[in-house]
Amino acid sequence: MAQKHIIGQAESRWDAIAKVKGQANYTGDFPIKNLLHGKILHATIAHGYVTSYDISEAEKVPGVLKILLPEDLPQIKYSTAGHPWNLEPKKRDIEDRTMLTRHVRVYGDDIGAVIAKTPLAAKQALSKIKVTYDTYPVYLTPKQAMALDAKRIHEERDNVIASTAVGFGDVNQGLDEADFVLHRQLHTPVQLHAHLENQVATAFQSEDQRYTCISSTQIPHICRRIVAQANGLPWSLVRVKKPFIGGGFGNKQDVTIEPLAVAMSKAMGGKPVQINLTREESLAYTRTRHAIDYDVKLGVKKDGTITALDMQVLSNQGGYASHGHAIGGKGGTFINALYKMNSLNYGAKTVYTNIATAGAMRGYGMPQVIFALECVIDDAADKIGMDPIEFRLKNHQPDGFYNELSHTKQQDFRIGDCLKQGPEAFKWQAKVQQAKAFNQLQGPTRRGVGIAAFSFGTATYPFGLETSGARLILLPDGSFKLMVGATEIGQGADTALSQMAADTLGVPFESIIRDAITDTDTDPFDTGAYASRQTYIAGYAIRDAAEKMRKMIIQRAAATFDIRGEFMDIVDGNIVSVSDGDLITTVKDMAQASYFDWQTAKTMVAESSVNIHNNSYASGCTLAEVEVDLQTGKIKLLSLMNVHDSGKIINPLLAAGQVEGGMAMSAGYGLNEGLVYDELGRPMNNNLLDYKLPTTMDLPDLDEIFVETKDPLGPYGNKALGENPTCSPAPAIRNAVKNAVGVGIDTIPLTPESVYDALQAAKAPKGVS
Amino acid sequence: MYDITDYHEATSLAEVFKLAAADPKARIVAGGTDTLVKSWAEVPAFTGIALIGITRIPELQGIVCQEDGTLIIGALNTFVTIEHDPLIQKYTPLLSQAVSLVGGPQTRHMGTIGGNICNAGPAADSAPALFTYNTTCEIQGPDGVKNVPIADFYRGPGQTILKPGEVLTRFKIKAGDYQDFHGHYTKFARRNALDIANLSCAALVKVQGEQIRDLRLCFGAAGPTPLRMPVAESYAKGKPLTDATLAQIGQLCLQDTHDITDWRDTKAFRDHLVTVLPGRDITAALRGA
Repeated sequence: MAQKHIIGQAESRWDAIAKVKGQANYTGDFPIKNLLHGKILHATIAHGYVTSYDISEAEKVPGVLKILLPEDLPQIKYSTAGHPWNLEPKKRDIEDRTMLTRHVRVYGDDIGAVIAKTPLAAKQALSKIKVTYDTYPVYLTPKQAMALDAKRIHEERDNVIASTAVGFGDVNQGLDEADFVLHRQLHTPVQLHAHLENQVATAFQSEDQRYTCISSTQIPHICRRIVAQANGLPWSLVRVKKPFIGGGFGNKQDVTIEPLAVAMSKAMGGKPVQINLTREESLAYTRTRHAIDYDVKLGVKKDGTITALDMQVLSNQGGYASHGHAIGGKGGTFINALYKMNSLNYGAKTVYTNIATAGAMRGYGMPQVIFALECVIDDAADKIGMDPIEFRLKNHQPDGFYNELSHTKQQDFRIGDCLKQGPEAFKWQAKVQQAKAFNQLQGPTRRGVGIAAFSFGTATYPFGLETSGARLILLPDGSFKLMVGATEIGQGADTALSQMAADTLGVPFESIIRDAITDTDTDPFDTGAYASRQTYIAGYAIRDAAEKMRKMIIQRAAATFDIRGEFMDIVDGNIVSVSDGDLITTVKDMAQASYFDWQTAKTMVAESSVNIHNNSYASGCTLAEVEVDLQTGKIKLLSLMNVHDSGKIINPLLAAGQVEGGMAMSAGYGLNEGLVYDELGRPMNNNLLDYKLPTTMDLPDLDEIFVETKDPLGPYGNKALGENPTCSPAPAIRNAVKNAVGVGIDTIPLTPESVYDALQAAKAPKGVS
Repeated sequence: MYDITDYHEATSLAEVFKLAAADPKARIVAGGTDTLVKSWAEVPAFTGIALIGITRIPELQGIVCQEDGTLIIGALNTFVTIEHDPLIQKYTPLLSQAVSLVGGPQTRHMGTIGGNICNAGPAADSAPALFTYNTTCEIQGPDGVKNVPIADFYRGPGQTILKPGEVLTRFKIKAGDYQDFHGHYTKFARRNALDIANLSCAALVKVQGEQIRDLRLCFGAAGPTPLRMPVAESYAKGKPLTDATLAQIGQLCLQDTHDITDWRDTKAFRDHLVTVLPGRDITAALRGA
């Protein structure tokens, strides 16, 4: 039988034309009658208490309608983390914030709000509110916040919000048995998501007296729950609609402004109010990637055996718990997933401080862990004089490895193929030779190559709930409306999910109609866009719904033509005989009959809901080539390649886009990015000039290859890909710099000054040996 | 969300003077790539003000070369125009190279060279080149025309000698200030585009054989205004073009730069770059000579 082959095709995104023509409406684009504008009063200290507000001058600004102080709003504590609700109270996210607060825990904390007829009036009023503070000591690092005399940032709990350890074997014995022990301190910066569209939400009371919130969120269903909880409303009184989104990268997996938008509308008798953060607010006062410090001891034998890995982790949480220890505590499982070792001890603490609250960001802790791990692994290879690729090939976990730490059998785990095919495609050996020749010229720059590997889970099982739903409606002309709760945020999920539905149904890709809006009232439940989960988890739901729908269509055809169902198949929208491919009828004719046949009309809807209890581990590696200016410390990225073991690639065009975007994000992480604070906890560079995202001028042509297989568990043979590309470029670049100049730098970003300083400290920089 | 109270479009300099006299707080806007950004950021003198638009005033346009070889550059020329102008490319290629590095394409299409100088940012990309060409600024006001050397145009960061109602109309570069010179500009920034210099250096050099006849150096972002390097420049005259000379030129620049430590870089690192960039610029300038 001819296969449909829609999976694996570079179908154009269904929303591409709308976006090019300017027809795609984002949250801020909807025309709303009598829209009011809300703005947040941000604290200008990082730690303290607001003793008084003087709003008398602000109230006089023409157009100002209401000024809200913390006591004007519900004082219900809630968590902003976009995790599914947990029926067990102990397992819930830490509920440590109110919508507005007098207790300031971060610079820019939400201490008040203004509602006005225009954004300008609101902004002018903010500048006229006088605030008096009691100030407390400011803790920028976990170590400061863990000091014995440190004040609690939240009275009800210690600044160390969680402390965990996982592992196996006897690490002390392992270190004793090693021929060499490497001891390293590594540091990662506060990275920002910098999604193109800032956070924006519009809330109003709808005709049915419930509250609608149109929001740029990755997690509409979770958003509804958190908005309701913060405002003390029954969940059903809130409806969230998610239109087109200009990216999120995890920042919109936190429910930051939506509860306040609804509270503002409530305060205005249900009138529509919009909060539209500025770029400066979005960068400094929403969520960040956790800055994490690692203290690592790795024991290695001369033959390359890893005898022990001891990793002590301090995760800088910032002022509120958000996703908290779910990120800082992650790592042991994936180290075990990647490398064989005799013993492992992964101890992690997550600590409140007074910098911006860290939350989910693409990779969810893995870019940090992989940076630390892959620097030390690379240095260990150097130490025993083994080629860094050979060292990884010797130590990587085999396909079929059973990971005790996550109770997951790593089926179809292809890191070995990545480590073999990647260097070949990258021309690693040739580049090593070229660098040697280049460095012998003894010019002002040196060249080098580096590699780093990673492993990555698909979705959150066994740690988190993984449910998803899908609905297919057969339309009168034989096309299908696909309804999902999974969230398109610019990554192309809707296109990939539509390909899945078309593939299983046996109809052309164009027959699947998606919706620009995800609506919690009408769309099936799904927890949303995070954890590289949607093509996997929603994939099962879509497959189930599509199989049900296919069966219904075949049943109708069987009844109509008196042919047994198993003798029929649907191919390209036609219902054909399995034995000879002859046309029996069409999906369109069956659809028409299902709506209008006098005797048998009965429209067709297929629903599904899945709860997935499996995880397919993905892996991959990055290869980098750099040129380092010895006099200025400036690094030029000459080439960068990612290699991915992500199972079947659903849409190669979208996949390449995901990978290249992630590589750029991680290259920036390694080379240039980081939110910087002064000693008072004030952010210094929360704008796109001073926060150095890479531009296209800063990146080489990005290359990617896929070690494509069919995952035995994934609904379409697929496994995670969305976040994976951000895991290994930064350490690969760091290792390439080490290869070029002979100095391994353990703090990113590798800015010119930090590289120059490291070179000076190491005195006699060497070329590639 | 701009706190701008009014907008007046002037079609002649006389009209600018009249509008400015009527509203002394009003600010002149050309490309808007600084003025509007500052207004958005609520910089005090840029909020609650009216704007006087000057982009359509004919006297401020054009790039011409006079009979005596003096190059006249209208203040309203955008960076893109200057980058690609045949006269600029022929006579003052250093300026063409420098403005090609401003921000990104959007800024280079909107931003003007006059605005870049009037904004008086210490890191402005057009400034070091104009300083090394000994450019004269022509200023017109209600009281007439003034000609001022560009080094005297600055009073400090963001501050110029312009009085309310005065307009920087054009730049003049004499033939003797560009003939036989070779130039190169380094913008040392963390990114290759969409960035502002952490330190920048323009070098304009004239050689005879292997000897330096004349050298002009100007640093951006090494002090409150762009700075020429008189000590290093006078040292260089007549010196042989050797690595030792270049190294010494770099060292001597430290006598005229005023680097500071801020969150972007330390003074020590900036001082180190000050010693490196001039030699690199001179070498690069002479590569095509």
